[in-house]
Amino acid sequence: MQIQRSTVIDAPLDAVWAVLRDFNGHDRWHPAVATSRLEGGRRTDQVGCVRDFRLAGGERVREQLLSLSDRDHRFRYAIVESDIPLHDYVAEVALKPVTDGNRTFWRWSSHFRPPPGRERELRELVSQGVYEAGFAAIRALVERRSAPALRPALRPAAAPAPASAPAAAGDGALAGEAVRLDRYGGPEELHIVPVSAPRPGPGEVRLRQTAIGVNFIDVYCRTGYFDLLKPPGVPGMEAAGVVLDVGPGVRHLSTGQRVAYACPPVGAYATVRTMKADLLVPLPDGFSDQVAAAILLKGMTAAFLLHRVHKLQAGETLLVYAPAGGVGRLLCQWARHLGARVLGATSSPEKAAAARAAGAHEVILPGPESLEAQVKALTGGRGADVIYDAVGRDSFAHSLRALANCGHLVSYGQASGPVGNWDIGALASNSATVSRPNYGHYTDTPEKVAAITARLFSALAEGVITPEIGQRFPLAEAAAAHRALEGRRTLGATILLPGGPH
Amino acid sequence: MAEVYASSVIAAPAGRVWASIRDFNGLPSWHPLIAESRIEAAAPADQVGCVRAFRLKDGGFIREKLLALSDYDFSCTYSILESPMGVENYVATLKLTPITDGDRTFAEWSASFDCAAEREAELVTNIGGNVFQGGFEALKRQFGG
Repeated sequence: MQIQRSTVIDAPLDAVWAVLRDFNGHDRWHPAVATSRLEGGRRTDQVGCVRDFRLAGGERVREQLLSLSDRDHRFRYAIVESDIPLHDYVAEVALKPVTDGNRTFWRWSSHFRPPPGRERELRELVSQGVYEAGFAAIRALVERRSAPALRPALRPAAAPAPASAPAAAGDGALAGEAVRLDRYGGPEELHIVPVSAPRPGPGEVRLRQTAIGVNFIDVYCRTGYFDLLKPPGVPGMEAAGVVLDVGPGVRHLSTGQRVAYACPPVGAYATVRTMKADLLVPLPDGFSDQVAAAILLKGMTAAFLLHRVHKLQAGETLLVYAPAGGVGRLLCQWARHLGARVLGATSSPEKAAAARAAGAHEVILPGPESLEAQVKALTGGRGADVIYDAVGRDSFAHSLRALANCGHLVSYGQASGPVGNWDIGALASNSATVSRPNYGHYTDTPEKVAAITARLFSALAEGVITPEIGQRFPLAEAAAAHRALEGRRTLGATILLPGGPH
Repeated sequence: MAEVYASSVIAAPAGRVWASIRDFNGLPSWHPLIAESRIEAAAPADQVGCVRAFRLKDGGFIREKLLALSDYDFSCTYSILESPMGVENYVATLKLTPITDGDRTFAEWSASFDCAAEREAELVTNIGGNVFQGGFEALKRQFGG
């Protein structure tokens, strides 16, 4: 007997596959499955593994995974033991993308030998009780996750223009505004100009941006200190917004979805933008666009500094410079939650109070004693296990001397100037490790971004770290935002709003 | 080797959609880009190996050879012998699969070909959008999907 059932799920293929490929996860979504476990300590995506599960009616079934392909989005499995007489049962689950509308075609098929007289009963059990019930459960699970609000506003770009319309390049471009830098210089070189976002090509999406993050790196780009931006060009590397349409081959995003990004290339200071889709992050419900634009870059930085560059352990002592600043504040909050002892080094009693509020156990201020002497005094002469230093030239030597033996100095910025040349032989004085991480190398693949943002969103959801938006400027006043940032008149994050401040 | 893939859902049973598209000489009756078509050497349009010579509404002339036709799989595979597109080794497949839920049709159209590297993105966009998706749009209008 052969059974074949198929449907279309109104969600991108990756979202459906993420649920289905977990061979042992069916008890979390299929209404017919009560409990399921994997035998023999195997992994759920290990070909050959056996899931041993009970149906809601109490029957026990054991099924073995015969094949699994992330390329074809397909797996096959067979029943090896069952209270229900589905003899020689082999089934296949296969997904294909519906590029027209970014949906998913799903076919579930099988063949088996039913005992004589039970054909009809077992056909109905498998086709309706298992396959069609599974379709409905997945539909309820993944379809409600996509934001429907803007869905009808614009057809996806993959859906073609009517056949009578010319398909000339530039057709369908969307008008908007952007802040453009015509030559390196001061904030006065930033001008608002009309721009247009072309229809997205292969691998691209087009966004309507709702909030844009302002970071010190934008100032470096404006002055020409970093050559990430070659004038004339649009600065900015962080924003949140809504997907207007997606180009061919984009499977993880769909029209109407809320997204954010914090990555090169520059170009974020704009109301509309067409860009590569692969580093865009879907925004979970509960995080506003403004929060995302304020925290994504700093939060992803804190996440990889604490979890990848150095894997912070409970009980370690860390020293954070600028603990009231953007990344420093998040490092304090997060490190304290992880069970570390947090020391902050800052310059004024006001900032010391902010550092304590962010979770610093002790705060070091300039005084008659050197920084390293104060750190040693606070650690029983040991020093700090890890130091996060973005000050650079003025602090590097002090940081090396404040390290415990076998300590780790993470130099992730140079606000006071370049660190300069050092003889690595000097590190032998305390067997120090020095890291100089580059944001780009920890955030340059979709897999890395997904892992880091998963940590970040969960830390935000649990209140481990908190966003702090200090200033909001209209997009057209980006120059004023830069002046405030360079004049050290900002507190917390600064964001630009395309529609003006709300 | 460039690859193009487009797929869509048509609100009619696969057997009915297949009846519209299985005629290798029938493009002008359903695809909006095609003006006229004939089969060379007076061959039947469902003879595997036959060649269709057709003209686009923009004047372009194309010859394609039927490589495989399956009334069981609702599938048709063909190659380009001659075209103004600047492609080589172009092989495409148009395939229908029944969607049991709602008795609709899942339609897939895919192609692989070689071309100059700088033209690949434009060709992929044009073939996937105007040719394949444009055909799906016409079928959706015809079948009310």
